[in-house]
Amino acid sequence: MSGILVALIGIIILALGYRYYSKFVAEKIYRLDPDYVTPAHKYKDGVDFVPTNKFVLWGHHFTSVAGAAPIMGPAVALYWGWLPAFIWVILGTVFAAGVHDFGTLVVSVRNKGQSIGTLANRLIGQRAKILFLFIILILLLMVNAVFTWVVANQFIEYPASVLPVFIQIPIAIWIGYAVYKGNKKMLGPSLIGLAIMYGVAIITSRVDFLQIDLVRYFGGEGSTGLLGLGAVSSAFLIWIVILMVYVYFASTLPVWKLLQPRDFINSHQLVVGLSILYLGLLFLNPEMSAPVTNSNPDTSWFPLLFITIACGAISGFHGLVSSGTSSKQLDKDTDARFVGYFGAVGEGILALISIIAAGTLFANADAFFETYGSFTEANGAGLGVFVEGAANLASGIAIPPDIATTIVSIIVVSFAATSLDTSVRLLRYIIGELGVEYKVPQLSKKHVASSVAVVSSAALVLLPQGPQGFGSGGYLIWPLFGTSNQLLAGISLLLISIWLKRQGRNYAITLIPMIFLMFMTLYAMFQQVFFEWAWYGTESDILLFVLGAIIFVFAVWIVLTAFNVLTKKYDNPMDHE
Amino acid sequence: MLEYVKKMIQFYEEVLSMPHRQEIARELRDEDDLFLLLLYSEMIGIPNPIYYYTLELYPYMIENFHDWHLRMGMDKSPLTGIRCC
Repeated sequence: MSGILVALIGIIILALGYRYYSKFVAEKIYRLDPDYVTPAHKYKDGVDFVPTNKFVLWGHHFTSVAGAAPIMGPAVALYWGWLPAFIWVILGTVFAAGVHDFGTLVVSVRNKGQSIGTLANRLIGQRAKILFLFIILILLLMVNAVFTWVVANQFIEYPASVLPVFIQIPIAIWIGYAVYKGNKKMLGPSLIGLAIMYGVAIITSRVDFLQIDLVRYFGGEGSTGLLGLGAVSSAFLIWIVILMVYVYFASTLPVWKLLQPRDFINSHQLVVGLSILYLGLLFLNPEMSAPVTNSNPDTSWFPLLFITIACGAISGFHGLVSSGTSSKQLDKDTDARFVGYFGAVGEGILALISIIAAGTLFANADAFFETYGSFTEANGAGLGVFVEGAANLASGIAIPPDIATTIVSIIVVSFAATSLDTSVRLLRYIIGELGVEYKVPQLSKKHVASSVAVVSSAALVLLPQGPQGFGSGGYLIWPLFGTSNQLLAGISLLLISIWLKRQGRNYAITLIPMIFLMFMTLYAMFQQVFFEWAWYGTESDILLFVLGAIIFVFAVWIVLTAFNVLTKKYDNPMDHE
Repeated sequence: MLEYVKKMIQFYEEVLSMPHRQEIARELRDEDDLFLLLLYSEMIGIPNPIYYYTLELYPYMIENFHDWHLRMGMDKSPLTGIRCC
C-alpha cells in the first residue's frame, strides 16, 4: 500500500473526528459555554493565569506534549505489522486521547484551573494524590535513565550529530541573554540558531574530522577502552557522564538562560521535521514495505500494543499539561475543544508519520524481519529504524541521505534532551516536595535535590547491565513506562467520568475508553508482573516485580475506590466554580 | 497574502514568547513579594530598623498588598495593621 494513501486515510479520519466527534462532545457532553468566565480571567495575575489566544495556546500545548515518545512507541510497535499500530494511533487519538486531553482541560477549567492530581485528591481521596506522586516519580526516573541512553546511543551511532547538538548550547545561552537582557524578539535569533545548527550538520556530515566518534578514538569496536571496558561501553560511559553533568547544570540554572531558548530552537525543529517528512512522503510516494500484520510474533500484540504506543495514541502526561498549565490560560470555555482535542490530533499526526517513516524503509518483508526478528530486537532497533526511515523520506525533497540522517538524528536528540532537561527539573521538584512532606528539609534545597535526581538517574543507567548492553539500565524498568503512563491516562478518564456523572450528564464517552485502557493496562501488568517478572516467572526480575507489583496494587486499589465513588448516589450536582 | 504571512509570523512569535514572558513575570512577582515582606516585616514580628520609613509607602502599596493576599488564597487581609478589604 502506498505511504501517501496511509497518511491520507489517517489524516481524513483524524479530521472527521475533530470536525464531528469533538463537536458532539463539546456541545452535548462537556457543554462548553461561551459565557463561562474561565480561571484565566477570574484569577488573572499576569503570570500563571493569562487569557491567551487559542491558536497561540494550541501551539504552546502541542510543543509541550510532542516529544521523542510518540516517535519511539510506533516505531517499536511496527513489530506487529503497520496496520495494528495505525489503527490504534488513529482510533486511539479520535476516541481516547481527544476526549482525554479535552476533558482534563474542561474539568480543570471548571475547577479553578486545578491540576488533575489535586482534583484526584478531591474527587477520589487523599491516597490518590500519593499514587499520582509515586507514578510520576517512577515515570520521571525512567525518562531520565532511558533518554540518557537514547542520546548517548545517537551520539555513538551518528557521530556527525554531536557537534551541531553541542553548538546549540552556546547559541541558546546567547539567545537567552539577547532576549532577556536586550529585550529582542525571539523568532529571528532562534531561526538564526537553527540555521547555524543545520549548517554545522551539513559540514560535519561531509568532514570526517569533525565527527566526534569516541568508538573510533578508542580504536574501533573490538578494542579495549577505559576501566577494562570495551570501546563501545567506554564511549557510553563518557557520554553518560557528560550528559549527567550537563543536566545537572541545565536543571539548576534559571530556565531563561538555557532551557527556554533551547525549547524555542526545538519548537522550530518540530515544524521543520514534520514538514520535511510529510513533503518527502508526498514527493517520494514510497510503498509500505513492512508487513500489514506479523502472522507469527513471539510476543502477542494483545494487550502489549496498547501500552507500547503510549504517547501518540493516548498519554497520561498530556492530562498533566492540560490541567497544569493550559487550563490556566484558556481565554474562552469554547476554545477548549481546539486546544485540547486538536492538540491530541497534532500528536497523532506525529505518531502517524513515525509509522510511515519506519514502515517504508525496508526493501521487502524479509529485510523487515531481519531487523524486527523478535519483540526484544524491535525494542532495541525502533529508534534507529525511524532515523533511517525519516532520512529516506527526506531524500524525497532532494536532501542527500548522509545529511538527512544527521539532521533527523539531531531532531531525535533534541527532543530526547528536552524531555531529559524537563524531567530532571521535575524530579528535583518532586524530591523537594517529598522532603517537605517527610520532614527532611535538606531535600528541598535546590542543589541537594538536583544531586539526588541526577545521581539516582545515573545509578539506574550505569549500575545494572541493561538489556541493550552497558549503560542501558533504564531499559530494565522501561516496560513500566507504558503501563504507568496509560494508568495515569486511565485515572484521568475516570476522574472526568466521575465529574460528568456528578454533573448529571452522559459519561459513556469517557467511561468506555477508560474501561478499555484500564483493562489493557491492568491485564498487561498482571501478565508481566505475575507470570514473567516474578521469581517463578519466565523472565524473573525482582526489581521489575517489586515496582510493578506496587503500581499494580495501587492501580487496583484506585479502581475499586473510584468504582465506589462512581456508583454512589449524589443528591446535589458537584459544586464547581 | 503579505498580510496573512505577517499574521502567521506574529502568531509563531507569540507561541515562542509565551513561556518566556511567563518566566520573566514569575521572577518579577517573586521579587515583588520579597519587597513586600521587607516593607511589612515588622507587622509579622521581624524587627525592621527602617520601619519608620517603609511605613510611608503604605498608601502606595495597599492595592498590591490586597492582590497579594488574594493570590495567596486569603480572602481577607491576614495582618490586623493593614485593612485593605
